[in-house]
Amino acid sequence: MPAIRVQNLSKEYILGGRRRPQDTFRGMLADALLSPYRRYRRLAGDALKEDRFLALDDISFEVAPGEVVGIIGRNGAGKSTLLKILSRITEPTSGRAEIAGRTGSLLEVGTGFHPELTGRENIYLNGSILGMGKEEIRKKFDAIVDFAEVEKFLDTPVKHYSSGMYVRLAFAVAAHLEPEILFVDEVLAVGDAQFQKKCLGRMGEIGREGRTVIVVSHNMQVIQSLCARAIWLNDGKMEYDGGPNSAVVAYSRSYSKSVSEQAWPDSDEAPGNEDIRLRSVRVVPDTEKPEEPITVESPFLMEFTFRVLAPRAVFFVGIHFRSVNGNIVFRSAASPAAAPEGAYRSVCHVPGNLLNNGKYTLDLYFMRDGNVVLYKMESPLVFEVFDTEKEAGHFIGDVPGVVRPSLRWDMEPLR
Amino acid sequence: MLDLKELWAYRDLLMVLIRRDIKVRYQQSVFGVAWVILRPVLSMAIFTLVFGVFARIPSDGYPYPLFVFAGLLPWIYFSTSVLSSGNSLVDSSGLIGKVYFPRLIIPMAPVAGGLIDLFVSMGFLFLLMPLFGAAWTAKLLAVPVLVLGVAVAALGVGTLVSALNVAYRDFGGIAGYALQVWMYATPIVYPESLVPDRWRFLLLINPMAPLVEGFRSAFLGKPFQVPSIGVSLAISAVLFIAGVAYFGKVERRFADII
Repeated sequence: MPAIRVQNLSKEYILGGRRRPQDTFRGMLADALLSPYRRYRRLAGDALKEDRFLALDDISFEVAPGEVVGIIGRNGAGKSTLLKILSRITEPTSGRAEIAGRTGSLLEVGTGFHPELTGRENIYLNGSILGMGKEEIRKKFDAIVDFAEVEKFLDTPVKHYSSGMYVRLAFAVAAHLEPEILFVDEVLAVGDAQFQKKCLGRMGEIGREGRTVIVVSHNMQVIQSLCARAIWLNDGKMEYDGGPNSAVVAYSRSYSKSVSEQAWPDSDEAPGNEDIRLRSVRVVPDTEKPEEPITVESPFLMEFTFRVLAPRAVFFVGIHFRSVNGNIVFRSAASPAAAPEGAYRSVCHVPGNLLNNGKYTLDLYFMRDGNVVLYKMESPLVFEVFDTEKEAGHFIGDVPGVVRPSLRWDMEPLR
Repeated sequence: MLDLKELWAYRDLLMVLIRRDIKVRYQQSVFGVAWVILRPVLSMAIFTLVFGVFARIPSDGYPYPLFVFAGLLPWIYFSTSVLSSGNSLVDSSGLIGKVYFPRLIIPMAPVAGGLIDLFVSMGFLFLLMPLFGAAWTAKLLAVPVLVLGVAVAALGVGTLVSALNVAYRDFGGIAGYALQVWMYATPIVYPESLVPDRWRFLLLINPMAPLVEGFRSAFLGKPFQVPSIGVSLAISAVLFIAGVAYFGKVERRFADII
């Protein structure tokens, strides 16, 4: 018996702005008198094709009780609309969604919070709005206050709270929702870094408590560590439904400006100068399956082909390997050697279990003796190193560190 | 149409919303609770001066101030509830877009909350009565029935206005204006005996008219006009059913339009 069953779900919105004459009662009356035919067509629900926008397009899937499913996709892909329909806030245009079990939705932090009321009163207000009964709130009251760390300010109107206190309190109430099925839209972690860890920890707990959870997020790390399954929505359609890592890879590839290889067959147009002319650059995993994405575990190759136009007695190729936000991760260069005129291929081998996941680039240098730069090319490649399958609950969120080496640890009891 | 089981399951939320409305209302007002009594008293004073003294409108033999005050109380409850109810959905657009609960709770809250104000001002009237020579009689026991009639009518009209307000944003303003006209169409500042036969039908179709007169019967000792009150209770029930039915029909589109 699935907890959630979605069949051929579609949601269509009619565009056209809000300031149509039909939006005021007076306007409607005037309009009705002036053009009965036009009004009839509008009332009958007809709209021009350009007016229609399909937020969800024929979605079907099932979720078993206890599954933790992530939903990813670009802004406007339909993720929030799907959650709203599952939360019964809005109705589908066609198709159906069946939910079996008590639901709770966390689509926004602090829904219904009123600035004039105290923290205590807002806990009851927000809790009731989220669907908790008075008794339930009373039982969990101390736990909520403890989580939010606002005990001293319970009887102060929340308009006097700092923004940090406000979101902590709002999240604390929502964090103690205990429905059978939970829908979360982006609100996974709020507040400062320390509180965010608490939030993610609580999300992890909820996942392990056996509830059915549907999570929408842009944070790929959290999706990969929290969810056992992920659905990728694109322009209202379901593009992928399966393991979270594969979903993330598929999604990242669709929008990322990754450049894993470039080639310039025409030597006149190729980058370079009177000393060096580039032919191609590429990065590829050094495994049996080079078409698979590069993961933190896979060794990879960076290959550069180029022409040396003037002979050099001392010549070498080097790189500054950088993360896309600018930090240089390492510098590496080949041993200098003599290089007569001609075409060359230079390959740099990077071992697996060195880099953390993320997006990287490099600057390519062609050098001669005395550390003089013959030619430099900035960022010919941009590529992503992906995470691999993780045990659920091991670590929620980003693994810190620029590098992620796999080191040997020994432990033994002392006599 | 009306899922009573679901409404009952969300009763805690209704209570919380009512408490919130009342608390916020008094915290933000200059006079606080005193405003509940001040408002009808001020209206009574002005009406007494303008209609009672200047225009010399009769009041069926009862002291004019008391006459108009007894009529004002149910009317103030009705019009305030309808206006608050009418705007309640639009004001709660944030909630409607983010959480599920039976939407009917939102226009219900002001109608229920307004009862507090009504009770406070009725208590004041109760104390005022001896000053004008009116006696406390058993007729007062009819008050709960009359209040129920006004509440049901207010809920029906308020629900209807709130639903219409979502689709047509100026409806709240139109309702406000319509209520002003409605007030003068109801015998509050004048007795119903003043209405000529040709216009009597207005009193028949206006559910508030017999209820207002009923309040005067209860507090001033006038004889009850039971048939009219019966008709007005029936009309109130019809308004209620119509309002809730329309609300139920449009309810599922709220989150999309609001």
